Amino acid sequence: MAEPLMRVQNLVRRFGGILATDNLSLDVIPGELHAIIGPNGAGKTTLISQLTGQLTPNSGTIHFAGMDVTRLPAYRRSRLGLARSFQITSLLPNFTAIDNVALAAQAHDGHSFRFWGDARKEQHLREAALSALRRVGLEKRANVVVSELSHGEQRELELAVALATKPQLLLLDEPMAGLGVTESARMVGLLKELRKEVTIVLVEHDMEAVFALADRITVLVYGRVIASGGPDEIRNNEEVKRAYLGDQHAVTRRG
Amino acid sequence: MLVVVEQCLNGLQFGLLLFLLAAGLTLVFGIMDFVNLAHGSLYMMGAYFAATFVAWTGSFVLGVVLALGATLLLGILLESVALRHLYGRDHLDQVLATFGLILFFNDLVRLVWGPAGLALPLPSWLTVPVQILPGVYYPAYRLSIIIVALAVAAMLYFVVMRTRIGMLIRAGASNREMIGALGINIKLLFTLVFGLGAALAGLAGLMQAPILTVQIGMGENILILAFVIIVIGGIGSIRGAFMAAIFVGMIDTLGRAFLPDLLRKVLSSTAASTAAPALSSMLIYLLMAIILVVRPEGLFPAAKR
Amino acid sequence: MKLSFNARNVVVVLVIAGLLLLPVYSALSGKVFVLTLFTRIIIFALAAASLNLIMGYGGMMSFGHAAYLGIGGYAVGILAHEGIGSGFIQWPVALITSALFALVIGSLSLRTRGVYFIMITLAFAQMAYYVASGLSRYGGDDGLTIYKRSDFGGLINLSDRVQFYYVCLACLLGGVYLIWRIVNSRFGMVVQGVRSNEQRMQAIGFPAYRYRLVCFVISGTICGLAGALLANNTDFVSPAVMYWTRSGDLMVMVIFGGMGSLFGPVIGAIAFLLLEEFLSQFTEYWALIMGPLLLLIVLFARGGIMGILGRFSRG
Repeated sequence: MAEPLMRVQNLVRRFGGILATDNLSLDVIPGELHAIIGPNGAGKTTLISQLTGQLTPNSGTIHFAGMDVTRLPAYRRSRLGLARSFQITSLLPNFTAIDNVALAAQAHDGHSFRFWGDARKEQHLREAALSALRRVGLEKRANVVVSELSHGEQRELELAVALATKPQLLLLDEPMAGLGVTESARMVGLLKELRKEVTIVLVEHDMEAVFALADRITVLVYGRVIASGGPDEIRNNEEVKRAYLGDQHAVTRRG
Repeated sequence: MLVVVEQCLNGLQFGLLLFLLAAGLTLVFGIMDFVNLAHGSLYMMGAYFAATFVAWTGSFVLGVVLALGATLLLGILLESVALRHLYGRDHLDQVLATFGLILFFNDLVRLVWGPAGLALPLPSWLTVPVQILPGVYYPAYRLSIIIVALAVAAMLYFVVMRTRIGMLIRAGASNREMIGALGINIKLLFTLVFGLGAALAGLAGLMQAPILTVQIGMGENILILAFVIIVIGGIGSIRGAFMAAIFVGMIDTLGRAFLPDLLRKVLSSTAASTAAPALSSMLIYLLMAIILVVRPEGLFPAAKR
Repeated sequence: MKLSFNARNVVVVLVIAGLLLLPVYSALSGKVFVLTLFTRIIIFALAAASLNLIMGYGGMMSFGHAAYLGIGGYAVGILAHEGIGSGFIQWPVALITSALFALVIGSLSLRTRGVYFIMITLAFAQMAYYVASGLSRYGGDDGLTIYKRSDFGGLINLSDRVQFYYVCLACLLGGVYLIWRIVNSRFGMVVQGVRSNEQRMQAIGFPAYRYRLVCFVISGTICGLAGALLANNTDFVSPAVMYWTRSGDLMVMVIFGGMGSLFGPVIGAIAFLLLEEFLSQFTEYWALIMGPLLLLIVLFARGGIMGILGRFSRG
């Protein structure tokens, strides 16, 4: 097995008396699409937030590309090539689509303490942004203000923003949340393309999508890993069946 | 030694007065999520009402009671005519609108009562010094402020912690949607809370009035102190407001009383007498800055909303 | 900037033209007070524009911006009092002191959010107010008279009303131009991004705090310049310029004109101070009208004057 791109060891995070992340360990291998599933309240978003640095764990370590990033603030991790999308669409609503993406490109193009030149006229930022938009199929909507984009388009834009930071590892927090059937299918197609280029950690409720895409799946219940392995392994795992897949709604699509 | 006891009592008295002001502010903020800069105007109106009613009726107690009622009504009126439309709006909007109210009230007072201040004379039974410890005398009026304010604080504590309304208030401070879901008449509750806050501010104003003069703008400096208190104490927390108010009252009073002498021991006397007044005025703000840097949510943050 | 003929741009062009020609009108009509009034308005417009940079674009609701008016003013006043009359020294000192003050205040205040931020900036400004009141060598509460305006050698004579007016106007237009460049620069994009979603900006790789802080310092520095101008205009500086109601006035000007629009604060300052002047001619109790008016504007006219003009031009 190759050296992991991200290695999480014995991660613990408490909120008051609740253990949201319970001694969790996890490896992400370069090139794989690693899905994390689990019922509501399993601590998936809490985990993602710790991986990207919005939350600090109480104990445990996170290594990324061979470096200990456990205490690094979010913006430093982003610079190392760690990108995330947010579960609740988290864009700059008053900016146009291309401005949103260009800002992400700008973040990785030297510092931004430049006070004079017009940022919207910097060709290489615009081009980088446009190519990220193209990859998610939004280039025609580049100059539309985010608040006027459809929900599906906003989800795609989230992805474009993450891509524009040229990540080594993409952490996607429920990219299909709230998408309709055709939009979901589009997103799955998109992720199939992206996984060829970048390592992905995918947190998702949509089981169909997860089993179609993932190389490996980790199942989380109450902040603990109860199983980890290939899709078939997980499908046949008794504990997973009992804790999670046994749920009536687990295999059906969730809004 | 005597001076120290006296100054400590003064600090306590000032702190309790600040608590009355801060309690209303923090309740309104905690429950309605409303920043009310005009709270200081209610404090001022309380003092003006008292000065007027005491002069009219010739009775201190009757005048004070009337003034309290008048401030309560004014608060309720203000809330139902204008301020309730600002609930749920941006804090900045609230700051600006109530800033406008301050301008309004200041000029209203100037128009009605004139630019010169008023005096609120004390009845003779409140001017005698009382022996509180063997050989230690303290003005009866200041002592009665302490007693009244402590009684009000105790009552407030009882209302908030032990009664049904108090339960709603606490529920509202930690989770605003919940009281709506309980089917409570929120509008009425809000109006009542605002009225209560106004009456407390008025009480603080009229009690302070005999010590200082009743004048335009008297509510502004003390309002900022009250804000400092609720920020230090943690917005929405009555207990935090109480602790912080006593703390601020003490520091401010003792700082002004003893800082000049202390400085004189370290600095030359001219430098000390220059620095002392500024430094003692700054002390509170310095304190707030330090606390906010260490604990950005205040010392006793109310339950997360 | 693409100039299109909407109501907003027409008003802006008319206002700039009007301000440029004002001394001519004043000279022809013999109405000197118009010139003095507008000198004052322009200085406050500069202060309001600087506040708009952090409030409108940066989302930082500072309730202590008048402190920089005072600091800029006291830098000029104190240096003049100590016999240093050269504007080439006074003005840079005013700017640097304001910047340093903003750096200290900002680095502490920006750790807090929301109402806490509003209150802590207010508290710091009050602190500055009390420090100034305690400066007994420089007049304390009573303030400090400045007997000679900043001296710029043979270059310009600030004691000449018209020259001083144009200096102030140049500072205002220069300041607004600078803010325009900043807002559209890389830095400005980041600051606006942080206003609308700080977490997102952190996640794509921006240390939000630093950008905010630098923006706060720039704004304070520009306001310090306004303070230096104001002290020269009144030949006097006192703690009262820093009083919290003055900070409130500045906020009102920004909101009045339209927060986050480049020229809004200028229009707001003109509207606010003209209204004050106009009302006070009718009645001594002008705030009786101004106060409720403010309440009504907050309740019914969101987006300020520029917002109304924007809606108007969209039909």
